[in-house]
Amino acid sequence: MRASEDMAGGAGPQPEGPLVRVRDLVKHFPLTRGIVFQRKIGAVRAVDGVSFDIERGETLGIVGETGCGKSTTARLIMRLLDATAGGIDFEGQDITGAKGARLKAIRREVQMIFQDPYSSLNPRKTIGSIIAEPFAIHGLLREKGERGREVQRLMETVGLNAEHYNRYPHEFSGGQRQRIGVARALALSPKLLIADEPVSALDVSIQAQVLNLLRDLQRRLGLTVVFIAHDLSVVRHMCDRVAVMYLGKIVEIGPSDALYDFPRHPYTGALLAAVPVADPSKHGSERRLLSGDVPSPASPPSGCRFHTRCPKAQELCSTREPLLEEKSSPVVEGSLGGDGQAGTRVACHFPLSREELAQMGVRSGG
Amino acid sequence: MVFPSEDGVVRAVDGITYEVHGGRTLGIVGESGSGKTVSSLTTLGLTRREGARISGRIVFEGKDLLTLGEEELRAVRGNDIAMIFQDPLSSLHPLYRVGRQLVETVRAHGDVSKQQARQRAIELLGLVGIPDPARRVDSFPHEFSGGMRQRAMIAMALANEPKLLIADEPTTALDVTVQAQILALMERLQRELGMAIVMITHDLGVVAEMADEIAVMYAGRIVERASAARIFAAPEHPYTWGLLKSIPRLDGPREAELVPIPGTPPSLISPPSGCHFHPRCPYSQPEHERVDPALEPLAGEPGHQVACLLQADVRARLWRRLAAGGTPAQALAEVGQQGERA
Repeated sequence: MRASEDMAGGAGPQPEGPLVRVRDLVKHFPLTRGIVFQRKIGAVRAVDGVSFDIERGETLGIVGETGCGKSTTARLIMRLLDATAGGIDFEGQDITGAKGARLKAIRREVQMIFQDPYSSLNPRKTIGSIIAEPFAIHGLLREKGERGREVQRLMETVGLNAEHYNRYPHEFSGGQRQRIGVARALALSPKLLIADEPVSALDVSIQAQVLNLLRDLQRRLGLTVVFIAHDLSVVRHMCDRVAVMYLGKIVEIGPSDALYDFPRHPYTGALLAAVPVADPSKHGSERRLLSGDVPSPASPPSGCRFHTRCPKAQELCSTREPLLEEKSSPVVEGSLGGDGQAGTRVACHFPLSREELAQMGVRSGG
Repeated sequence: MVFPSEDGVVRAVDGITYEVHGGRTLGIVGESGSGKTVSSLTTLGLTRREGARISGRIVFEGKDLLTLGEEELRAVRGNDIAMIFQDPLSSLHPLYRVGRQLVETVRAHGDVSKQQARQRAIELLGLVGIPDPARRVDSFPHEFSGGMRQRAMIAMALANEPKLLIADEPTTALDVTVQAQILALMERLQRELGMAIVMITHDLGVVAEMADEIAVMYAGRIVERASAARIFAAPEHPYTWGLLKSIPRLDGPREAELVPIPGTPPSLISPPSGCHFHPRCPYSQPEHERVDPALEPLAGEPGHQVACLLQADVRARLWRRLAAGGTPAQALAEVGQQGERA
């Protein structure tokens, strides 16, 4: 069956179109004063108008610094937070205002892996019952033997010893706990997995174990993954496409290879230049560092939000907000991207050229 | 350095030796529980407590710090030797203004008036790049961003122009752009003040940027020590190989597979026998369970020391294969083919 136009909806799965479409999503947290009578005196504009698609089977990375809105975006897609404005479509259906049974049905399809494997597992429950909890919540596999078998299968899938289902979280190391979190997230065979900083609490040797597991599962099960992290090397390793956020906005989005090879937004360039590279022989060039701190999301700068820290900022940047769009470059690389996508889309009036990028001291690219 | 705990005696640091010279940076790399923090806390006398057994010598400018009394040690600590901790929020007192905490540090070691100390505090905040220091000196820690708090911590550590600065994961809690600023600041101040830095971190990128010399710690011991250039170009210990192969690199091919180190770091209450790394080492031999390797210099490379029982030529061949993108199994197979040896 060929889906005629976008609003096909109706019964039956619809294998075409993106899995998730995020449209002008906004989330403001009110700032209040007063204890009894709370007056609203402003708002933290955590997410302030972001739009992107999540394609089926891809891993989309979201990077940015503390407070850029990446985790809030994830929580909005999970429907753990209600959006202030804008919409989220899941498989072509608007889920922005879903409630009750419909919301519960969506939660089956979207699962999350959390950052801290210590606080995200109930210390008083056995691993078996933690992993089986999604079945209990959704009333699945009602016969007891069934759940046990499924739990053991999941534990083997994520590389845990299935005989340990009767143990408690404290008997496991950080990396093993993160595997437990992954097993729980996979229990209901979700269509979308959101991983929010899944390895940043782990030691480097363990981090590689969990990253390999996630990449292997993603390939084997054809999962669609949103991977949120502040570590740009990890995101590059894991993701097909990457979105860079700054102060509640996406400043650049595109295929990983294009984005890391030729970042166009000065903020992306600055982020990449700041990453320390584990090779002392590559430390010849002086890096250009960003100065100052990220402005408060309660009163973001006018125009382009990055203009207060941007080395290329001009008059126009403080007055007119740039749109997220594809920018041609004087030196076009012929063969980037597969599906007609040349490079990245960037929200900048004066995107970087190759020469400027080289001057920033970016050491990426293979 | 031995700690008693509820579960038994913890051998947190087990016979480590290193030295740092003025104007140089030593990076100490290792995972959680490898003893890298305890070794530096001990240097400052911060692990002296009921039941902790410390042996060895910590020589600072010819004096053995372990033999000093609490009073004498206090004169050294914060004056000649200063420390920066990982979490700047828990290291600053939340109820006192930043300036007051700086003034306290300045006056603890020098006989200066309050007015002079305040002037010095403003100067220090300016030195570490806090904008508008004369106003910011009266801020509370919560009014600072994470990067500014870490700058304030560095200002406090530098208050008395220490000769040795111990930085324990100083940038781990910070965003990359702020991390880059803080590292650049530490390098600048080192050039200006000529101090020695001991940089403790789990981040190989950070030590590659900062360190002249690197010590790799595993289970309370130094397993490899060499110049930064050699650690990254010609590492000798299988644990160091494991660390290098398990991080995704921004400057390598995107599809390169990560090779994790199997298993988990050992307990320091009952560390493995023989070579502490043998249970996780893909190349270990049966006798490595019994023999405990000493940290010894390489033939012809006195500055490069390694504690490994594998033969030097075997190690060289293994690393050549790994560096070319091979897995530990492939490297092992290749070395095995080139002649079995007893």
